[in-house]
Amino acid sequence: MDFTAVLAQIKPKLGCVADNLALIEERIEQAKAAKADLVIFPELALTGYFLKDLVPEVARRLDSPEIARLLELSRGISIAVGFVEATDDYRFFNSALYLEDGVIKHLHRKVYLPTYGLFDEQRYLARGERFRAFDTKFGRMGLLICEDMWHLSSSYILAMDGAATLLCLSSSPGRGVEGESLASAASWQKLTATTALFLNCRVLYCNRVGYEDGVNFWGGSEYIAPSGESIIRARLLEEDSVSARLEEGALRRERIFSPMLRDENLFVTLQELRRIERERGL
Amino acid sequence: MAGLSANTELLRKILVGFVQDEVHKVGVKKAVLGLSGGIDSALVAFIAAEALGAENVHAICMPYKTSNPESEAHARLVAQACGVDFTLVPITPMVDAYFGMFPDASNMRRGNKMARERMTILFDHSAHYSALVLGTSNKTELLLGYGTLYGDMASALNPIGDLYKTQIWQLSEAMGVPNEVIEKKPSADLWAGQTDEEELGFSYRQVDELLYRMVDLRLTREELISAGFGPEFIDTIYKKVQNSHFKRRLPVIAKVSNRTIDRDFRYSRDWGK
Repeated sequence: MDFTAVLAQIKPKLGCVADNLALIEERIEQAKAAKADLVIFPELALTGYFLKDLVPEVARRLDSPEIARLLELSRGISIAVGFVEATDDYRFFNSALYLEDGVIKHLHRKVYLPTYGLFDEQRYLARGERFRAFDTKFGRMGLLICEDMWHLSSSYILAMDGAATLLCLSSSPGRGVEGESLASAASWQKLTATTALFLNCRVLYCNRVGYEDGVNFWGGSEYIAPSGESIIRARLLEEDSVSARLEEGALRRERIFSPMLRDENLFVTLQELRRIERERGL
Repeated sequence: MAGLSANTELLRKILVGFVQDEVHKVGVKKAVLGLSGGIDSALVAFIAAEALGAENVHAICMPYKTSNPESEAHARLVAQACGVDFTLVPITPMVDAYFGMFPDASNMRRGNKMARERMTILFDHSAHYSALVLGTSNKTELLLGYGTLYGDMASALNPIGDLYKTQIWQLSEAMGVPNEVIEKKPSADLWAGQTDEEELGFSYRQVDELLYRMVDLRLTREELISAGFGPEFIDTIYKKVQNSHFKRRLPVIAKVSNRTIDRDFRYSRDWGK
């Protein structure tokens, strides 16, 4: 099924859930007015990124009023959005929701919490433990949060699980000003394009902008077709919104033209992974 | 070396955006900075003018009687070139009044006092104009500790603190800082004829090449030696970075509670912004 997706490249305020919810609502309304079918927000869109000790304060349960409001809004348009999730046992996850027709279609908890360089997520957040594809009105999809995508197995698992569209919600800090383009942007562009190409999948990448304590988030939200070709890319370092038309025909043609996914041998992969597991004594 | 050659267009966009975003998000429109006549503060003035509008940037030139008169002329030239507001506040009366009580004070004490005198003037003008103080220390001097703690190192925001001197030259050229300022020898201007490179004992280009590999690329001592750096030079610079680390940290707090500021009480400065 053909559909239109909007990548809402916003600038959340650090720790201001109410302000960010208002900003998200505004972008949802704009996407609705533009007759889009799906609107995607960045990682931690509801809270901002360098939260540190703010995590427990900004965390929301799935039955919180903010999530209820987003569910209500999803009656007119499907929504993918990042937030800090609080659970009954007082764990806090860097999570993303896929909302459709007033229902939570999928909850993904970030599995790979980076804790190196400028990152310190695992100090404050609990780790997710699964990658699962899920069905939507627009076909089977997979959700990834930023660092998740830097692990080949994540996208691979989702593709094996039948996802034809990968949504990656990101808060990627910009660094590396030596080359023709920002180094972190260039690496991400290689990564998303290669992932799409390897798995004959579409990739919808939504990154935030703005600054937190001097760290810039570079934006550059992007739609990559299953051929690995970048179809549309949002502005670098500035608030933006881009819209992409995802055509079923393009996916079908790509999968006929380069049937790597069809030929992928899950049996061989599993057999070898089990062997490695045995040999490592895991 | 590719690492020290910056994409100035990108750098300009990031740094102008930084000043704009970080100043505006605290509900302020203006910035104030000390303009010495040197390249670092000139570049910050240009960045700030582009970010906030020249009319919202107040540059203050604060010479002492032994400062080179050329410095003030260059500061005026920079203010004119980027259109920012210019004020002259000489620090001779305050500094001399103080050292009248301590006539035997060393050059180092005098230099530090001057830097801190300037800091108090900037922060006073920060309150006067409702403006944030912009820092003008570059990465080379921050790493070497070639600056006065709570003096020229004090600021609210520093747009150039992650740029080596070599990159300051490149960006200054790209942003139109006057040539006279780019081409002259860097100087702390504490006395006539003083130059940084003479005082430090090496050139900025040399030390930037080393610091970039040591700090950014994390090469080992052995790798640095095979890259052609002298062991003595490596050890001197390593010690300088180590011994000046206190200048780059907040004061140390004795821990007695469960939540000590900055150790287990951790929030971004942009908390709620």
